[in-house]
Amino acid sequence: MSRSDAVWSAQGTTPDAIEAALRELLIQRHTENDRYEPARVLNMIAFVDREWTGEIANRLRSVGRYSPSRLLVLAYEPRRERLDARVSIVSDGDPAPGEFAVLRETVVVELGDRHLDDLLTIADPLVVSDLPTVLWSPHGHYDIVEPLLALSQAVLLDSLDEPVWRDAVDRACRLSDEAYVVDLAWLRSIPWRERVAGSFDPPPRRLELRAIERVTVRHHPASTVSAMLLAGWLASRLGWAPSALVARGDVLLGKAHVPRQDVSLRLESAPEQQVRGLEGVTLRTASGRELSLDRGPGGLHARTRDPHGEQRAWRIPGASRGEGGVLGEGIRQALLRDPTYLPALKAAQAMLP
Amino acid sequence: MAVAVGRPTAKPEAENPLTGGLERLPVPPTTLVIFGATGDLAKRKLLPALYNLAHDGALPQRFHLIGVARKEKDHEDYRRECEEAIRRFSRRPPDADVLKIVLENVKYVPGLFDDESVYAELHKLLDGFEQQAGEPLNRAFYLATDPSFFAPIVEQLGRSKLAHRVDAEVRVIIEKPFGTSLEEARELNRRVLAIFDESQVFRIDHYLGKETVQNLMAFRFANGMFEPLWNRNFIDYVQITAAEDVGIEGRSSYYDKAGALRDLIQNHMLQLLCHVAMEPPVSFTAEGVRNEKVKVLQAIPAPTPEGIPAMSVRAQYTKGHAGGEDVPGYVEEEGIPADSITETYAALRLEVDNWRWAGVPFYLRTGKRLARKLTEIAVTLKPVPHLAFSQAGSLGVQANQLVLSIQPNEGVSLSLVAKIPGTRMAIRPVIMEFLYGTSFLSQSPEAYERLITDAMRGDATLFTRNDEIEAQWRICDPIVKLWASTREGLSRYEAGSQGPEEAEQLLSDGHRWRAI
Repeated sequence: MSRSDAVWSAQGTTPDAIEAALRELLIQRHTENDRYEPARVLNMIAFVDREWTGEIANRLRSVGRYSPSRLLVLAYEPRRERLDARVSIVSDGDPAPGEFAVLRETVVVELGDRHLDDLLTIADPLVVSDLPTVLWSPHGHYDIVEPLLALSQAVLLDSLDEPVWRDAVDRACRLSDEAYVVDLAWLRSIPWRERVAGSFDPPPRRLELRAIERVTVRHHPASTVSAMLLAGWLASRLGWAPSALVARGDVLLGKAHVPRQDVSLRLESAPEQQVRGLEGVTLRTASGRELSLDRGPGGLHARTRDPHGEQRAWRIPGASRGEGGVLGEGIRQALLRDPTYLPALKAAQAMLP
Repeated sequence: MAVAVGRPTAKPEAENPLTGGLERLPVPPTTLVIFGATGDLAKRKLLPALYNLAHDGALPQRFHLIGVARKEKDHEDYRRECEEAIRRFSRRPPDADVLKIVLENVKYVPGLFDDESVYAELHKLLDGFEQQAGEPLNRAFYLATDPSFFAPIVEQLGRSKLAHRVDAEVRVIIEKPFGTSLEEARELNRRVLAIFDESQVFRIDHYLGKETVQNLMAFRFANGMFEPLWNRNFIDYVQITAAEDVGIEGRSSYYDKAGALRDLIQNHMLQLLCHVAMEPPVSFTAEGVRNEKVKVLQAIPAPTPEGIPAMSVRAQYTKGHAGGEDVPGYVEEEGIPADSITETYAALRLEVDNWRWAGVPFYLRTGKRLARKLTEIAVTLKPVPHLAFSQAGSLGVQANQLVLSIQPNEGVSLSLVAKIPGTRMAIRPVIMEFLYGTSFLSQSPEAYERLITDAMRGDATLFTRNDEIEAQWRICDPIVKLWASTREGLSRYEAGSQGPEEAEQLLSDGHRWRAI
């Protein structure tokens, strides 16, 4: 269990004073016991509405070991005049004999409209130099945080948070020009992509990838972007050229052009689904073989039907990571580079109705 | 001498474009058969590892487990046993739904390992799974039994036509110890390779599955600053330590037959030495890496009976204090004969006679009931040739030492010399330290999770090849034989201490053992 080891706070302060306090607290902790070691993995800058700071703190607590090593929370309250700050340095426990304990730092800076022009100069001294920095703006405000992109190598976002899914795809594309984008909507599809890839991995099955003629993706009603990203991933990996989808009620229909045949795409909402993300995917090949994967308790339900109509069903185990796990994975992914996201996103953009 | 046999070159299949960008590559549909399915290793390591792979969604799309052991029980009994083991030993509390799916794919075959009917039953179950799947499934046979059953099981698999398939891969995973002498290792290799091709054989050394051991290669070959120094011109000596603070922990029957040299040096510690001394592989493939490790082992001269006393030390712990408590000596431990000459401590001085390392001693030591638990590799650089200022008032200058810690802390530290703040030019050693725990978010997976997945995928990089095993035994066998033949030279050390004083005699002038 985490516990607070050292805390400092000040009202009407400056970035220099906050940075000095951080250094002083670290020296104090190290003097007490030289087996306290500050984690040096990743800076995260979170720009949040001040009234939701607690909710964001709760979400970040749920990521467990994937916490950023230094978290800078910029808590925004439009009419605030004064810069207030709190610094805490936390370890998971005291160092056991012969071992060490890792320290993580959190800096919360409360600021208002009058500070926005100087956002970069407020944040810059408070991130650890030479460490990668990820920017997260869970309440939108992308116009405000734009200057912080200069400090950030990655941007964390959740395309499912965007009220209009078309805007979500466009926003992710625009941000991708500025920094590496880690999209939680994309990360939720990892188990699906792994299992679809695995289904076609045995060498005799690989040839069938060229013969896919129909793709149906089922999704939570508010997770259209997830379905578009999965379809975009298939299109980008398999060399399909998708065209714009057409809406028919809750269903999006369209085609992707492939040299030998077109692939029909169908993205349908699954109103009964409780959790965000994908509900299932069905792929059908020209020979009549069909593979379906559907969400179920403890993993995915797999079903196949061969060209003669013979059906098989089984279950593939895998625990749900939950929303905390997805956010943690997002933080971890800020340190990696997935070359397949951007092509999938661009393909999804081409499918926008 | 056995040599590595590569697979016949097959026409490469087109790559699966969907795997690009995935961190985890797909594992082919597989049925895993564990021989020794009710034993300690299966319960403590293999079953929890399989559950954790399932939890992470890392098992193959289609996965079945068959347990084989002597005890009479039915499928349901065995499932209950699996569940109990997973609940007790898994690194995370199991998710009820995931566990249910894992267990519904488990079967059990009771019987003796040399009983043909066991293999007939296996055949039936394996064929049944394939019918159910409508496609051929790979098969992996995991031998987690007493080593005396390894060869008979392999031969029964051969006789029962279970060792090869035309339309799917068949693999055999063999636990350690792979023989207890050079002759036994050769004989076991001969019998295994009479049935399986080397490319089908995966010999486990779970140390190789540890993240920090794999990191040794990243550390050496991905950092340009070390390689220019990594040779006899700059390195004075290398010291590899695997110290344990515990005693034999109820494993008397195994340990008294094995001893420290067989238990740790012959396999794990020689592997660590290989990682320190090997040349950069051309590519990070199983054959690329293993070829380089074998070259290191072949460059270590086999000890001669006359030379052994000068290059080795063995000892037994006597009663003493550990963890604040009085503890008994080795021969007072339950199950150990009073006249046992089994060593609980072994230290060797080895030379690697090649261009890079000629003249650089490699000191290896391991022991039970030492001052603390510690595994590390210390590389000591040669001292500076001339010091321009007086050392008066200084703690003394020591040669730079690079320490690669494997446990309990995983990391790298470099001792440097720095000026003590003040008006005088006084200096003392300081430590520049890097700890993996402060620089990575992820936890290392259990070694067995990685190794089981690699074996099912057919990636042998982290497994020991036949010629590697025999090269390891070629170094240790003469010492094992000499030590077994006489009490002479068996020293003593107090439990909880740094080990026997005689270990100092192995060191060249100016060299010293690091404190445990």
